[in-house]
Amino acid sequence: MNHFPHGWGRPRDDVYGAYNHAYLQPDGSKQHTQSPIVTGTSVIAVKFKDGVVIAADNLASYGSLARFTDVKRLRRFNSRVVLGFGGDVSDMQHLDRLLSTLSIREDYSSTASESDNAARELNARNLHTYLAKVMYKRRSEFNPLWNAILVVGLDGESQPFLATVDLLGTTFSAPTLATGFGAHLAQPILRRAVPDEAAVAEMTREKAVGVVRECMKVLFYRDARSIDKYSMAVVEKEKEVELVEDEQLEQQSWAFAEGIKGYGTQTV
Amino acid sequence: MASVFSASIPQEAPGYSFNHLSSGTREHAFNPYTDNGGSTLGISGADFTIFAGDTRSTSGYNINTRYAPKLFKIGGEGPSNENARIVLSVVGFAADGNALKERLDTVVKMYKYQHGKPMTVAACAQRLSHILYSKRFFPYYVHAILGGLDEDGKGALYSYDPVGSYEREQCRAAGSASSLIMPFLDNQVNFKNQYVPGSGVGHALEQRVPEPLPRKDVEQLVKDAFTSATERQIEVGDGLQMMTITKDGIEEVYSPLKKD
Amino acid sequence: MFRNNYDNDSVTFSPQGRIFQVEYAQEAVKQGSVVVGIVSKTHAVLAALKRNAEELSSYQKKIIEIDTHYGIALAGLASDARVLSNFMKQQSLASRLTYDRPMQLADITARIGDRAQINTQQYGKRPYGVGLLIAGVDATGPHLFEFQPSGVTQEMVACGIGARSQMARTYLERNLEQFEGSNREELIRHALRALKESLSQDKELTVDNTSLGVVGTGDAKERFRLFEGTEIQSWLETTFENQGSTQEGEGMDVDK
Repeated sequence: MNHFPHGWGRPRDDVYGAYNHAYLQPDGSKQHTQSPIVTGTSVIAVKFKDGVVIAADNLASYGSLARFTDVKRLRRFNSRVVLGFGGDVSDMQHLDRLLSTLSIREDYSSTASESDNAARELNARNLHTYLAKVMYKRRSEFNPLWNAILVVGLDGESQPFLATVDLLGTTFSAPTLATGFGAHLAQPILRRAVPDEAAVAEMTREKAVGVVRECMKVLFYRDARSIDKYSMAVVEKEKEVELVEDEQLEQQSWAFAEGIKGYGTQTV
Repeated sequence: MASVFSASIPQEAPGYSFNHLSSGTREHAFNPYTDNGGSTLGISGADFTIFAGDTRSTSGYNINTRYAPKLFKIGGEGPSNENARIVLSVVGFAADGNALKERLDTVVKMYKYQHGKPMTVAACAQRLSHILYSKRFFPYYVHAILGGLDEDGKGALYSYDPVGSYEREQCRAAGSASSLIMPFLDNQVNFKNQYVPGSGVGHALEQRVPEPLPRKDVEQLVKDAFTSATERQIEVGDGLQMMTITKDGIEEVYSPLKKD
Repeated sequence: MFRNNYDNDSVTFSPQGRIFQVEYAQEAVKQGSVVVGIVSKTHAVLAALKRNAEELSSYQKKIIEIDTHYGIALAGLASDARVLSNFMKQQSLASRLTYDRPMQLADITARIGDRAQINTQQYGKRPYGVGLLIAGVDATGPHLFEFQPSGVTQEMVACGIGARSQMARTYLERNLEQFEGSNREELIRHALRALKESLSQDKELTVDNTSLGVVGTGDAKERFRLFEGTEIQSWLETTFENQGSTQEGEGMDVDK
């Protein structure tokens, strides 16, 4: 901070460059997102025999600032689908509203009897396909939704389903997935536990939850944009979705920090 | 008002020891494309056409998944495209590849619904060219190869650039290992740089005449091409998806490749 | 000659509360040759009588496959049916593309019902002159829907529309209890017998004038398929074994 009050609270020119007046012009010309603003970091998920486990921490960052520390980035869609969002939080909230609209439309379009509703509900594959179309359309309009999304749950045959879609509309599916930093830090750990589809059949729910917790710890240790509060959801065959939004990272060990020398004000 | 903000504010605070900015403004423009790596190839024979593609999908140095097919049946019945007779392979930007596949598939399905007969490979090939060219100024970032059997029952193969230029060929490799595979195919399928022994020296040398190869030989060429490409191209590996179109339909085979 | 003052358009009620244009459209359905549809617990079947305008012409198309899981049978203006079937085909492809989900039969029926209703309430429009039977399977099992030019749609267990279809409906009503438990072959035979009921005395069901559409679900899963010509020969033979000596009322007895 300096003694020029009108510079306070603004991005420093020497760090961020002069303010770009191309943004928010008073002529009201329409601006498309060119970069994310408030962001969530990694989302990770792994399939097991009868379902899928997914987790994401509760932090929304503003650049390097840990801005909102209680943001829920997992969303239950129905009894067999959960979504996890990384990337821009406002775009996530836009998608959240879009999905609510879709959900209501689906409920009202049902002319069949109540008992059929479970069979008619959108499953994880349906929702992933839909989101992929939304994301790809927006990228094709040069107006992307700046997110990486994991869609987990059960497909039409009640088999575990796990797939992703990102801001470009790129989609893929695998026994384990991780977005953002998680793709570097968590994915190797997850793949060691579940290398392929054959291993999914051997995976128990307990082991899957265990490896996801381990990954969340690694991510908290090494991802500077993470926090030790996270949400975790389990979608399992013939069960209601279990979504816990206030998990605390247990048994942290920062003993190694003692040995780190050479930064800050300490004398080496 | 605007002038107040446009004037740079004098700074007395300590700066960073390194120069954070290159001069001028920094533009972040949204880039609507990415490259998902991988390679595909197609070879046509006397009464068959073979397609192959690895199943790895990448983002930079990351492996997205070890199983993302690049070969698609076109214009069959229902979502699994039963009884299809045309195959499309796409490599490049996977999201564009999927969009292209779905557009072509819809076109071929509507053709059958409206005309009561399946679309020929030649007609489908021209339609694909038009679809690609319709996005000439915002292209589908893919290298497509399309094939099946022509009206005489001979193997037919068409290859495309991203904006719709196309030609019928004997063989074509596309994607990140195309520069490794294509010369191999030139030599082994079209017998390039192969000469008839004892036919002379220098310009008198006689080029060995290419002829359609038997299916067993072609299958072996495909496998060799991909095991070799897997060794030298980091974006190629994990699995090999092969589709063979014959008069009896499409046979699909999956075999593993190295996962490193 | 008597002139009706209230049938010039489809937006004007008569003092008796009728919309004559819509009723006339329903008459067009009765001009079409008969089609029959039945569902069991596992299958949906359509059967249709095809007509040829003259000896030298081909037979009209009565059953159209829309998607792998359902099809329609039409009675009335075939060109109107084509417009509706194109719409249904596009909606079905769109459902698969957008959600990777086969179109639900109740949904597609509601959508064409809504379209037909618009034609009965806007000036300058004409109601569709065709009735449809929509038969297929979806996530909630086999279904049969009836669609009328008025925009009215309803789910049916068995239904017949078109010329002389009352006879077919009578057969269907008399054998109603058997349909649910019928297997594929039994259901096809019921459909053919119902169709036969509507024929005038001098006519027979032949491989040339009969169409069948069959689709199954669950353990008996099969995609919607249209059977015509020699493919239906054996069904015709086994259904009407004593062909030629058939008397009226034979449809009432319940064999197999």
